[in-house]
Amino acid sequence: MKEHLPPGIAIAKSENLEEWQMDIQVLDDNPLYRGQTYRLKFTFGSKYPIEPPEVQFIQSAAPDPRPIPIHPHIYSNGIICLDLLSSAGWSPVQTVESVCMSIQSMLTANSRDERPPGDADFVSYNRRRPRDINFFYDDDNV
Amino acid sequence: MDSDDDFMSDASSQDFLDTQGSDDESLEDFGEELDGGFSQDKDIIAHSKKPYEVDFKVLGPDDIVREQNQQVVEVSAILGLPPESAAILLRFGRWNREKLIESYMDHSERILEEAGLGTTVEFTPHTQVISGFMCDICCEDGDDIETYAMRCGHRFCVECYRHYLSQKIKEEGEAARIECPAEGCHRIVDSKSLGLLVTDDLKDRYQTLLTRTYVDDKENLKWCPAPNCEYAIDCHVKQRDLQRIVPTVECLCKHHFCFGCTLNDHQPAPCTLVNMWLKKCEDDSETANWISANTKECPRCHSTIEKNGGCNHMTCRKCKHEFCWMCMGLWSEHGTSWYNCNRYEEKSGSEARTAQARSRASLERYLHYYNRYANHEQSAKLDKDLYLKTEKKMTSLQSQSGLSWIEVQFLDTASQALQQCRQTLKWTYAFAYYLARNNLTEIFEDNQKDLELAVESLSEMFEKPVPELAKLKVDILDKTAYCNKRRVILLSDTAENLKNGEWKFNVEW
Repeated sequence: MKEHLPPGIAIAKSENLEEWQMDIQVLDDNPLYRGQTYRLKFTFGSKYPIEPPEVQFIQSAAPDPRPIPIHPHIYSNGIICLDLLSSAGWSPVQTVESVCMSIQSMLTANSRDERPPGDADFVSYNRRRPRDINFFYDDDNV
Repeated sequence: MDSDDDFMSDASSQDFLDTQGSDDESLEDFGEELDGGFSQDKDIIAHSKKPYEVDFKVLGPDDIVREQNQQVVEVSAILGLPPESAAILLRFGRWNREKLIESYMDHSERILEEAGLGTTVEFTPHTQVISGFMCDICCEDGDDIETYAMRCGHRFCVECYRHYLSQKIKEEGEAARIECPAEGCHRIVDSKSLGLLVTDDLKDRYQTLLTRTYVDDKENLKWCPAPNCEYAIDCHVKQRDLQRIVPTVECLCKHHFCFGCTLNDHQPAPCTLVNMWLKKCEDDSETANWISANTKECPRCHSTIEKNGGCNHMTCRKCKHEFCWMCMGLWSEHGTSWYNCNRYEEKSGSEARTAQARSRASLERYLHYYNRYANHEQSAKLDKDLYLKTEKKMTSLQSQSGLSWIEVQFLDTASQALQQCRQTLKWTYAFAYYLARNNLTEIFEDNQKDLELAVESLSEMFEKPVPELAKLKVDILDKTAYCNKRRVILLSDTAENLKNGEWKFNVEW
């Protein structure tokens, strides 16, 4: 798989089949994400790929900084509100690569320099795992 | 209200009134002379259907499946489609037959596409072995893998398909709208494909889930909310009718509940008021009400102060402001009339006083109704405990007084009547809280009082020690009948007035 990865997507960690980490970059000149690399953490359950993996951004500091990208569907704790990661929107045909590409394009298409509404509350109160949260995919435009 | 026209012109209530037919005459009497005496009470009780009752039917699991299949067969015949497809279409259209048929006639291709069927529907599913196949899910390849694809052509190995379906059915509780596993393909997995691929225990589960969505989708069907009850109720009271009627139904499992909101029987109060009342009761705002009724604020720094004794000369702990508790005015203006404020008419602090008084009055009004509501709820619980002991009581009564089993059934009847009457009484207080006074409220309050007296005296008899119970049998029987009758009268009166829009409420709803 390594050799055929599309541009802007790289494997950062894939030692076992429970957790992978991927680095992604936004390739066009979007000022919100220019020059940054972001890290995604994939957690696979025993039923993957029938069940979706858990995917979220993780943060790390210098020397290898990995911030959480700003986006109206990405909470500041890295949790992503994306239909295809829910069990209803997931298709078993999806792969790590295709998920990365979807998230990449979700960033590329965005021009809004904002967090989701209620970010501060969600980040401080949420103790649930992303898959247990019922997101409302109310906005298909971003 | 003096003719059938009144009934029938009211389109919203027509649905549940049209079976009354011959009852209309005596209902009229009742409507004209609400304050009528005993003679009319008999009329009401003689009715086969009382004003507060609605028509409904209880459906068992088999009935639901049968009803479902019947609709599928009918629609399949009308549209000339195989039953599987008709079933998918019906589920897609949320079982609104007429609308579905109409829109299918207009643009059948679009409907088929949207429902996830595609245009070619004649199709017998079968699995296939295809050489050089690779499954997009598990990435296995080989020339001997059994594969399956629906008409959309997205082919996966049977193993993956099976896992996928069992995940959807078992873990996600999905049945009617399982889509093809391929990304972005919205074709619905039909029951034939499903039957080919999954094991029998999953098929049962699938059937159950389908039945569930059928009941959920139909506006006239609701599940009985009692735990482990698998019956559904068929009732044609619409959401918009709920302002005029409290549709109480009884399941075969004996559970009484409101078809409108599926809460326990809350007659005579309409659903909206019940909702508001329950919210109000659990709301913390009443704590705030208490604070404003029992405390005052320092006129200078607005700290909240509860006076728990002492004289009227208050010195705020926080800002050292000195004021009079009675008039809230400056203490320095009080001159020599210390400890006995006669400055009540003075303007200073009068605004604070009126606000205080208003809040106190509204709180007291609420508490008046709430206490009675809560009391009946509590008493019903106690009566219920008693009911659990009733059986024991009945057994010991049999042995002590030589009465037969059938002769001690009166205790059981009494206990049930108590439960039901308390339930009604409880809600009359929530109802009364929102009721705006007019001349009808007096009749209502009289009915409420009569029922309450009857219930309390029956409750008292019921608690007597076992040896006395045998002697009280006739009294208890009489009282039970009387309680039930008072309940019927109260409910008939409130339901009639509700239906005719005679009640005025002090809230918007």
